[in-house]
Amino acid sequence: MEVYLDNSATTMCYPDVGELVYKVMCQDYGNPSSMHKKGVQAEHYIRDAKETIARLLKVNAKELIFTSGGTESDNLALIGCARANRRNGNHLITTSIEHPAILNTMRYLEEEEGFRVTYLPVDEYGRVKLDALKEALCPETILVSIMYVNNEVGTVQPVQEAVKIAKQYKPSILFHTDAVQGYGKYRIYPKRMGIDMLSASGHKIHGPKGVGFLYVDSKVKIHPVIFGGGQQKDMRSGTENVPGIAGLGLASRMIYQDMEMKNALMRELKEYFIEEISGIGQTKVHGLTDEGSAPHIVSVGIAGVRSEVLLHALEDKGIYVSSGSACASNHPAVSGVLKGIGAAREYLDATLRFSMSEFTTKEEIDYTLETLYNVIPMLRKYTRH
Amino acid sequence: MRFHSFLIKYGEIGIKGKNRYMFEDALVRQIRFALKDVDGEFLVHKCHGRVYVDCEGEYDYEETVDALKKVFGIVGICPVVRKQVKAIEELKKDVVEYVGQMYPEGNQTFKVEARRANKRYPMNSMEINCELGEAVLDAYPEMKVDVHHPDVRLNVEIREEVYIYSEIIPGPGGMPVGTNGSAMLLLSGGIDSPVAGYMIAKRGVELEAVYFHAPPYTSERAKEKVVDLAKLVSAYAGPIKLHIVNFTDIQLYIYEKCPHDELTIIMRRYMMRIAEHFAKKDGCLGLITGESIGQVASQTMQSLAATNAVCTLPVYRPLIGFDKKDIVEISEKIDTYEVSIQPYEDCCTIFVAKHPVTKPNVERIAKSELNLTEKIEELMEKALETVEIITVGKE
Repeated sequence: MEVYLDNSATTMCYPDVGELVYKVMCQDYGNPSSMHKKGVQAEHYIRDAKETIARLLKVNAKELIFTSGGTESDNLALIGCARANRRNGNHLITTSIEHPAILNTMRYLEEEEGFRVTYLPVDEYGRVKLDALKEALCPETILVSIMYVNNEVGTVQPVQEAVKIAKQYKPSILFHTDAVQGYGKYRIYPKRMGIDMLSASGHKIHGPKGVGFLYVDSKVKIHPVIFGGGQQKDMRSGTENVPGIAGLGLASRMIYQDMEMKNALMRELKEYFIEEISGIGQTKVHGLTDEGSAPHIVSVGIAGVRSEVLLHALEDKGIYVSSGSACASNHPAVSGVLKGIGAAREYLDATLRFSMSEFTTKEEIDYTLETLYNVIPMLRKYTRH
Repeated sequence: MRFHSFLIKYGEIGIKGKNRYMFEDALVRQIRFALKDVDGEFLVHKCHGRVYVDCEGEYDYEETVDALKKVFGIVGICPVVRKQVKAIEELKKDVVEYVGQMYPEGNQTFKVEARRANKRYPMNSMEINCELGEAVLDAYPEMKVDVHHPDVRLNVEIREEVYIYSEIIPGPGGMPVGTNGSAMLLLSGGIDSPVAGYMIAKRGVELEAVYFHAPPYTSERAKEKVVDLAKLVSAYAGPIKLHIVNFTDIQLYIYEKCPHDELTIIMRRYMMRIAEHFAKKDGCLGLITGESIGQVASQTMQSLAATNAVCTLPVYRPLIGFDKKDIVEISEKIDTYEVSIQPYEDCCTIFVAKHPVTKPNVERIAKSELNLTEKIEELMEKALETVEIITVGKE
């Protein structure tokens, strides 16, 4: 049996999406910048995708920029916004549990471009501390970036409250959210929430890799970070990844279909999994287990078993999971998020992330639990001295 | 400057008496093998006790030299310009042109070293030396003759064609692989063992390798890393037959039954036994390890004696007197360093005790191993049976 529980790392492409991507690659392969029919046809795919996503987010299609994925979207949002708004101040705020695409970009702005960055702490569940946000805001603040759903423990961030606090302090402060783990799981309406920029990625929603988008409110000014032929209104030069963009559009439409029902099923499985796994003993589910956490992510600390070893033991039985955040790196470093939420020492290098998708079944979860019940006691028997 | 051939200089092979042809044939074979993937057509041949690589048509000079630099047995690579055999006046022009292109500054000291293999040529070597030397001096007044320590040794060989060369690019030295039997390398993912393999291969030894993996304690990536390392070594050593042995059950059994501070030593003794099994099966004449005295607890003199005791084949440890720094230097030179430092756990470190024995006593270790009597035979058999064998490096 093969059980894929690493959907926060990446997802299986919807077969329909795969077919569309193939068709655009091999048949409708025109360059959208070309003047002829073949180019126009390609442009239509982009327009369709844009309109689809714009409708889902209730934004204007013109406010979407296609990128190579979540990381580029985050880079464009932070660097582009910081550079374009430097006259209004040099202070940026983010959280300590962001994805490296945010953290390392912030670090770059701090070290190379002279911005001051505040990294907000989180509480024991991995929620950003809003009091700390209030304290951090200052007249120099130009941008706040807080992720929608944490990728390692699944905690949903109080984005709406954070936006209110920031805008109340000063309406001109811009708000960005990295919604790579939230897009397709929540109906996010940036305009209603006051979110000025939002990053998302294709391959986390059963779309292709190498494509994503950044929503930028039309009132917000940002600078491009990639220069060239002036595609996408100069904001992101380079011939558009038409097959990827078409795939992203279709995947968005498909993941939004029956979203509430699919989420409810995942949440049911998640709750079942959490309940059953506690029977193993000396385990701890990190973060929140109720509605305050994403329906598809469970992060479990299992004392006495190194996560890497358990991961490979599960792999041997056809079960694929992550230790820490697969996106972050493939070297065994202790997770900053787990440290941030104050996880006990015995769980720091002994935590696995199980992340489901709409395709996950009860049988798969049962098989996973059964395997865990078999493997963990055996692994606990042999420990390092 | 366009070169038409490479003259391959080989040092030690020259002194091998009646076996000489064997070494030369191996060298030719290894050169052909090394040039297989290089763009261009090459004719590798022996001629009057020399080995030449003739380049037919277009070829990539840099790539060719890089490939030749990895062939053990080559001491020097001389890029040669080939000209038709002509009367001395024409030959002078060719040589003057060569010097002009190779040494545009024109202020070196030089010496002409002519050789006349084609005895039909109407002048002898001495005469040719004089004539050509004079021609060079006439053309480039800043150049001076120095017969004892010249900057430039201008070699002119008259054969079916005229070969002109003066540069020597250093080769790796050693002896052509395949002239000294084969040996089994214990390859881990670390820095040392690939270097050890390289050094033994350099003496003409063909390599096989054995790697111990311990899923789920070591990952698929750790295994891939070892395959990558074997590939890098095979760029010098030729194809390597890599045995991948699943060691988990043996390791856990030792862990269960033996004192923990002896774990590493006992484990290594079983690794040696397994390596020797495959070595003997394939007719290898020795084992190779990357051990260096005192580097870690399992490499003290006592520990080495304890692991050595289980083998009947000689164990070659080419790094035995090297400091880590020196080993790193070689690994950087042969490009294995970057791969070696990727942080995947190997099976030697997973259960390592906090204070492993540093002065194990062979008898005591052997006694501890008696605790394993019940199941070890069976586990060993299973490990040998389930070995996965892949050949890395181009065929």
